[in-house]
Amino acid sequence: MDNKKLNVWDRIRDSDIYFSFIKSPTAIASAIILFIILFCSFFVEFITPYNPFDPSSLSLMDAFTPPSWTEDGVAKFIIGTDGQGRDMLSTILYGSRISLIVGFSAIIFSLVLGVGLGLTAGYFGGKYEMIVMRLTDVQLTVPSILMALLVDGIARGIISREMHDEMAIYVLIFAIGISEWPQFARVSRAATLVEKNKDYVSASTIIGVSNFIIMFKHILPNITRPVLVIGTIGLALAILAESTLSFLGVGVPPTTPSLGTLIRLGNDFLFSGEWWITFFPAIFLVILAFSINLLGDWMRDTLNPKLN
Amino acid sequence: MSFLKIKNLSVDYKMRKETVYAAKNVNIEVNKGEILGLVGESGSGKSTVGNAIINLIDEPGKVSNGSILLGDINIHENSKNIASYRGKKVGLIFQDPQTSLNPIFTIGEQLIETIQTHLSLNTEEAKNKAINLLKEVGIKDADTRFYNYPHQFSGGMRQRVVISLALCCEPELLIADEPTTALDVSIQSQILELIKRLTKERNLAVILITHDMGVIAETTDRVAVMKNGNLVEIGKTKEVLMTPKEIYTKSLVSSVPPTNKKIERFKIIEKENKNQTDTNIKILNRWTKKKIVDQDLVQIKNLSKTFDDSFFTESSKNSVMAVNDVSFNIKEGQSFGLVGESGSGKSTIAKMIVNLFKPTSGDIYFDKVCITKIKNNKEMMKFRKQIQMIFQDPYSSLNGRLKVKDIVSEPIKLHNPSISSKDLDNYIYDLLESVELTQQSADRYPHEFSGGQRQRISIARALATQPRLLVCDEPTSALDVSIQAQILNLLKDLQEQLNLTILFISHDLPVVRQMCDRIAVLKNGKLCEISETEELFKNPSHDYTKELLTLMPKIESIYN
Amino acid sequence: MLVVAFVSFSLFNFVGDPINNMVGEETSDEERAELRETLGLTDPIHIQFSRFIVNATKGEFGISYQLRRPVSELISERLPATIELVLISALIALISGTLLGVYTGINRRGFLSDAILAISLLGVSLPTFVIGILFIYLFSVILGVLPSFGRGEVVNIGYWSTGFLTSSGLKAIILPAVTLSLFQMTYIIRLVRAEMMEILQTDYIKFARARGIKEKSIHYKHALKNGLIPVITIAGINIGTLIAFSIITETVFQWPGMGFLFIQAVQFVDIPIMSAYLVFIAFVFVMINFIVDILYYFIDPRIRVKAESASG
Repeated sequence: MDNKKLNVWDRIRDSDIYFSFIKSPTAIASAIILFIILFCSFFVEFITPYNPFDPSSLSLMDAFTPPSWTEDGVAKFIIGTDGQGRDMLSTILYGSRISLIVGFSAIIFSLVLGVGLGLTAGYFGGKYEMIVMRLTDVQLTVPSILMALLVDGIARGIISREMHDEMAIYVLIFAIGISEWPQFARVSRAATLVEKNKDYVSASTIIGVSNFIIMFKHILPNITRPVLVIGTIGLALAILAESTLSFLGVGVPPTTPSLGTLIRLGNDFLFSGEWWITFFPAIFLVILAFSINLLGDWMRDTLNPKLN
Repeated sequence: MSFLKIKNLSVDYKMRKETVYAAKNVNIEVNKGEILGLVGESGSGKSTVGNAIINLIDEPGKVSNGSILLGDINIHENSKNIASYRGKKVGLIFQDPQTSLNPIFTIGEQLIETIQTHLSLNTEEAKNKAINLLKEVGIKDADTRFYNYPHQFSGGMRQRVVISLALCCEPELLIADEPTTALDVSIQSQILELIKRLTKERNLAVILITHDMGVIAETTDRVAVMKNGNLVEIGKTKEVLMTPKEIYTKSLVSSVPPTNKKIERFKIIEKENKNQTDTNIKILNRWTKKKIVDQDLVQIKNLSKTFDDSFFTESSKNSVMAVNDVSFNIKEGQSFGLVGESGSGKSTIAKMIVNLFKPTSGDIYFDKVCITKIKNNKEMMKFRKQIQMIFQDPYSSLNGRLKVKDIVSEPIKLHNPSISSKDLDNYIYDLLESVELTQQSADRYPHEFSGGQRQRISIARALATQPRLLVCDEPTSALDVSIQAQILNLLKDLQEQLNLTILFISHDLPVVRQMCDRIAVLKNGKLCEISETEELFKNPSHDYTKELLTLMPKIESIYN
Repeated sequence: MLVVAFVSFSLFNFVGDPINNMVGEETSDEERAELRETLGLTDPIHIQFSRFIVNATKGEFGISYQLRRPVSELISERLPATIELVLISALIALISGTLLGVYTGINRRGFLSDAILAISLLGVSLPTFVIGILFIYLFSVILGVLPSFGRGEVVNIGYWSTGFLTSSGLKAIILPAVTLSLFQMTYIIRLVRAEMMEILQTDYIKFARARGIKEKSIHYKHALKNGLIPVITIAGINIGTLIAFSIITETVFQWPGMGFLFIQAVQFVDIPIMSAYLVFIAFVFVMINFIVDILYYFIDPRIRVKAESASG
């Protein structure tokens, strides 16, 4: 062991995770794609020349323009336009921003809720743990998409019709978030149970460290790995869930379309030959979900020493 | 003419940063009817050699060189044929009988499949052979047990089944990889006797891989010592252990705690950290040293603990009596030993003393105050400070996400929140140097340290609150003997200098003899006897103590 | 063992309860919105709830707000379509998922394994409705070989209407069933693979190798049998999830099943249908769990045979 101090960057470069990342072309590729999508979606105003939600810039004359490489294509609409003459590429990027915002918010919501409940349940045990775990069991028997539909349906009942469109995104975030938290609760509880029985926790108790500090300073950093893996895969699931709900017509309204809404709108034109209106948002969605899943898969393989 | 000849065997593991040579040009010969001991510390390559004989090396490892001659056949010549020698010519036994049997097949099914793989017998013949074999390895009611699943056998019985599986096709070479490490002393001796008997009866060549010098001394005819993949020394067991030629063997032998006498300190020939000078207990300057008063620091009165078996609460109120009416006192400044096999309740008692568990009934007095009745948190903190603990597993006892500095400083800051950061740093350095670690260790993470060093960090953390009582729960049983000797020496030094009282818990009788002034023997949660150490070893009064003392493997048996 | 079966049954009965409860309370929220008088929803919540339970046990869930027909009638009309669809896709998902999972678990590094894994990951990333749309476009719009919506001709056998007996009915079920099974299949592939890989690293597999047991027997007898135990649980959950996802598939293919009914109910806030659907789902889960428990009992000796010595 040499005596020089290692700084943070050296530590990262020395770590097995970094090594495995560098050695995995799929991980690098998916990270790059993901970065591009994230960047384009969040800075879409500065990238595309069109604002598909500004009615004054739209012209119905441009409606149903096919992609630029086809016969009737126009160079300024690279992948064509939809039924209202909106540029597909810009619309998709705006839509993916909505999808990403909903996906991230939902997953953070369920992560905080799930890890919070799972960690405390695993640590304190007893009746509290039993109640929390019973709750996750109840919810896991209801498939997540159904749960989200249900929450959405109830919310529609409670919220007045005028408020629907405004509240739609929050309802969606809540619905997806609430349907995903049991995964986090289960994983973090299981990990907490393992960590709790390790001697370093006993040592802290013997020293006199309080429960709160033991949970958040000692145990929490040690259960991040499985939570991170579940979180990544969950993000892909949340984005898919959002688009599925929107596709079913219970998600975000067509005025601020997400990828799923776009696919639903385009689906009506599929039989009349305007395939690009539904095809490109669908492909975009798949690429987005696929690269997140690839990254999650790589993380699972790397962070789970058992399968190596 | 030797039966097994291992010639120039090398095994490489190609890792990310470098290639690890797990075995380097190892040459070993074994005769029929002979048990060869293969001894070494963790990482010495002893198991690698055992597995390499039948080419059972896990990826990314590879046998890179060498030949294995069984009689006249080189079984490594054609890699496709090796599988046909497995079981037929060479039998292998693993360490843990709990995991080496397939849980969803009966032992009969597993035996018959193995027999029919190598011998052309019909099912009826194979079954008869299997039942006879089970009888031979000492399983009663073999006819009915034949239809049982592995989980229906106890640990010792399972290892007998494993042995019968390894021997069912009458191999001529048996490789036993730590066959008794997972078992208690009393069962260990039975399994070793069985292996000895089978060696004679079947004229087997046996390689017994172990880290336990006592087992080597009592069972083997010849011994090979390995270190870092190299064969250090090979010869008659008696000669190697009594007059070792190599320095490493000498240090290994001198690290083994003798069973027949108490020595002052272990003779350390090779130190883990070579650049270090003798122990320098710097922390002494800060220590508010208490004079040893002639009193009982800890009094334990009628202590009991029951655990509810939560898995079957619906069907029956099963509860396990882990500790049953135990009373003893520990004098201030003394080392008190708690000895017992697994399930004896020794660790449970330790956890009640440090207040991790609440006793079901009975009281614990510390410095004449009953600590089991304290409800007030503030009041409790006073005692938390005075009672600290060292754990068995050096890997799980340190939080891998914290730097050593933060691990050691946590108790200091908690009990002395007003300490200045400069003083805190010096405090940490003093503590680390007291346990023979460098100041630079403070900025590292636990995974950068070896098991022995981690145990030192654990000790430093325990000392940070300046405790009067140190509870040591099997502090060295996860360590190699040479490291164990160093840690035990350190604990003795610390105790003398800092006037510590120590409660030392162990299953290892020789270690307890070296460490303790008084000893209590536990069995199934009950106290068997308490007496002064020398008295206990020379004139044990309880039958169970007598049994333990006769069964424990003794390195001294070599002299007889 | 009967006791265990009973406990699991009552447990999941209890599990089903809060859902009903929730929906029952929601019913009173809804009354203000519409049809207060007609449906007589002015009673206090607990009376409504108890009435709901009593009626539910009789299979009565009231009258649909939107369609103005008894819910039980609507459900029994739609039930066969959903069950046929889910059964077919469950079979596809389980059989091909297990086979491919075992293959990739055993042959860890091979071109075919890598390809299967990449495709399966793509499958997890493809939302069911996108697969459905792509299939419709490919097979109905471009190739024109398979119908894109409906069940085709059905034959009525008593209360049950089946599409299995006509060629148009069989053709019609291909696309929706494959669409529905793809997502679950990829899930099963990955789970079986992980399970196989973990088992192949256990001590007992290593010990079997050390005894010279043939690789074939190690893979397909020792490892596979252990590996299939958790797959049973997954298969159970799988069927439940399939029912949920059939909502989407039925919407895409306009399959006249319960999911289609449910999604319309959500859009129109048709509480009686929603609650009836949920009771149905809960009932299916109770049954599945019951069956899974029984299967476990027969397959895993550790549950079937109690250890004689507690020390083992």
